[in-house]
Amino acid sequence: MTGTEQPPSHANIIIQLESEEGNAAGPQLDVPQDVTPSQLETLLNGLQHNEERLSYSFFIHDQELAAELGTHLLKHQVSVEAVLRIVYQPQAVFKVRAVTRCTASLGGHAGASAVPSINTPREAVLSVNFSPDGNRVASGSGDTSVRLWDLHTQTPQFTCNGHASWVLVVAWSPDAAVVASGDHDGGLWLWEPATGKAMGQCKGHRKFITSIAWQPAHIELPSRRFCSGSKDTTIKVWDASTRRCLFTMSNHTQAITQVKWGGDGLIYSAGRDCSINVWAAADGRLLRSLTGHGHWVNTMSLSTDYVLRTGPFDHTGVAPDDIESRKQVAQQRYDAARHGLPERLATGSDDFTLFLWDPSNQKQPRARMTGHMQLVNQACLVTFSPDGRWIASASFDKSVKLWDGVTGAFVASFRGHVGPVYQASVAWASDSRLFVSGSKDSTLKVWDVRSKKLLMDLPGHADEVFSVDWSPNGKTVVSGGKDRMVKLWRR
Amino acid sequence: MPQGEHIELHRKRYGRQLDHEERTRKKEARSVKKRATMAQRTLGIKGKMLAKERAKEKAVMKKTIAMHEERDKKHKADDGNKGAALPAYLLERDQVDRAKVLSNTIKQKRKEKAGKWEVPLPKVRPVAEDEMFKVLRTGKRKKKEWKRMVTKVTFVPPGFTRKPPKYERFIRPTGLRMSKAHVTHPELKATFQLAIIGVKKNPNGQAYTGLGVITKGTIIEVNVSELGLVTPGGKVVWGKYAQVTNNPENDGCINAVLLV
Repeated sequence: MTGTEQPPSHANIIIQLESEEGNAAGPQLDVPQDVTPSQLETLLNGLQHNEERLSYSFFIHDQELAAELGTHLLKHQVSVEAVLRIVYQPQAVFKVRAVTRCTASLGGHAGASAVPSINTPREAVLSVNFSPDGNRVASGSGDTSVRLWDLHTQTPQFTCNGHASWVLVVAWSPDAAVVASGDHDGGLWLWEPATGKAMGQCKGHRKFITSIAWQPAHIELPSRRFCSGSKDTTIKVWDASTRRCLFTMSNHTQAITQVKWGGDGLIYSAGRDCSINVWAAADGRLLRSLTGHGHWVNTMSLSTDYVLRTGPFDHTGVAPDDIESRKQVAQQRYDAARHGLPERLATGSDDFTLFLWDPSNQKQPRARMTGHMQLVNQACLVTFSPDGRWIASASFDKSVKLWDGVTGAFVASFRGHVGPVYQASVAWASDSRLFVSGSKDSTLKVWDVRSKKLLMDLPGHADEVFSVDWSPNGKTVVSGGKDRMVKLWRR
Repeated sequence: MPQGEHIELHRKRYGRQLDHEERTRKKEARSVKKRATMAQRTLGIKGKMLAKERAKEKAVMKKTIAMHEERDKKHKADDGNKGAALPAYLLERDQVDRAKVLSNTIKQKRKEKAGKWEVPLPKVRPVAEDEMFKVLRTGKRKKKEWKRMVTKVTFVPPGFTRKPPKYERFIRPTGLRMSKAHVTHPELKATFQLAIIGVKKNPNGQAYTGLGVITKGTIIEVNVSELGLVTPGGKVVWGKYAQVTNNPENDGCINAVLLV
């Protein structure tokens, strides 16, 4: 029997279930052809002796098994002569439902009149961010204020004034106790989200702040240290409690575009000088410099981004009360997200390519991902899905592309936007099955990873959407843009 | 060596007249007075031509002086904080000229409630039929008078095919056909040259609308796709109405205001 022949309908198929790392789960099995993915799931749960029933997705030669086994084999012409290896991947135990409607438009940044006019300066909302526990939203705007919003009542809670210029970045500490914000003049402010009071100002940067990253919760709790990258080509590590700069790292020759604080005690920084630097977080030594990009490196994403951001809070926003167990929970979540492997780094650049790196081990990239096309100025945004399995990349070519998070193989292209998709405006749902993208064409779109299709089109903004975030508990999406509105979207 | 360079040759050999520099300086100094006398003395078409020439020169002069003054002026330091706020990832990217790609908020303010269109030119001068059309006499003895030539600017869609000339009643001269309009955005105070899609309404009558005649006050549809406007639903807007504000047949171009 050759591989392309249809196996007789009565024949059984010998399969071997394997994990992603190649570990066999149980013995080889003789299953009928009409076995469905859900039946395989039951089988696997039995083999794994799972107390709670977990959901899995199955892959045969990197093709997801969506229908009955026999029809799938026929469609993809897979040989059944040898033992059929089926790779299973655990799915999130919870399911996030797509947001469908706008439940609140919060116009605080719009000032007195919510109707924009050309006479008043337009102050776009530049950055929106959910707190790690998913209860609050912080937004930074061109009107120089940071605003904190209460999600339960969908009302403004605090207005934090202090910045002298546009607030470009807002970042929550992983224990949700501090908000750091950076502005266009290089000013850094720290805010207490519980009271809305300023905790202090960090002075040092001379040019605008592009990115802020907090130290992960499993390394230190309560969070104290964070790093900031700026146009003045330096990365500074700060102590939030004393507001002092601990040390400055400088090796870049041009503006820093993004900094990330990894879970392995490394700080990653991407710059416009085409290089990515890896630093030791403890003392600021330069460990290695990753080169390969041919133009500005715009964004970075870690495969563990989601757990680093949410720290001790699980998908319902609950964390243990005392600090020690919080730290343990954060460590457990981090270990689970790594799957026993070092964290991977994906970078996107103006040269229309993405690179996948293994930054803790080697200087060579694991994969180079090409396919985005755009004329002059393009920003590639990369985000890893919360489980680290997918990479979504958005580009000025109006498309969002999906890549395999482990191998870097191209999976799918999502088209539908009529304007460039912006960098801070792709956000994954916490179960990695959905993501939302915002674009210059003023709409948000929810995409389904499984069917690779547009799930929901969310018009509502009157102008470009600059920033989008999906809450860690999956219930709400927040977006902000040029029309000075912060919009909340729910099911 | 070409003929007639004997003057140069002579100069090379013997140099200039001893008082040459002095004479040219004086001539130059006196030329102003001479010119003024000429300007006063010349009459008629010559005078007009001279005045026009002089006006041009003065404009150039003023520009040059302004440029020199600009150099000495004190400028406020550019803090890069101008214009609309942008997120960090869009800073220092050479954006497409913002005047060209409009902001949605400005343009999408639609005043639907104020009637169908609240047009900038509510009243237009009616154009009589004998002004609009010129009667053409046809036939071997030039005694038939059923053909008409449109004397105004017309828009003829790109896919238009003529009827057989024998049966064509209305002639739209190619010299008066136009396909582009200069459309001003009233709130942005910016003007774009846009392609005309069609004539929506000529206030002088349905017949003129059908013929594609463009006179002052006509509503035309223009292609705004390059302005980057998006509907609230996220689709690209490509057709928008504009009202013609000038007399295209007199000016040789179409000026219009966008109806927003």
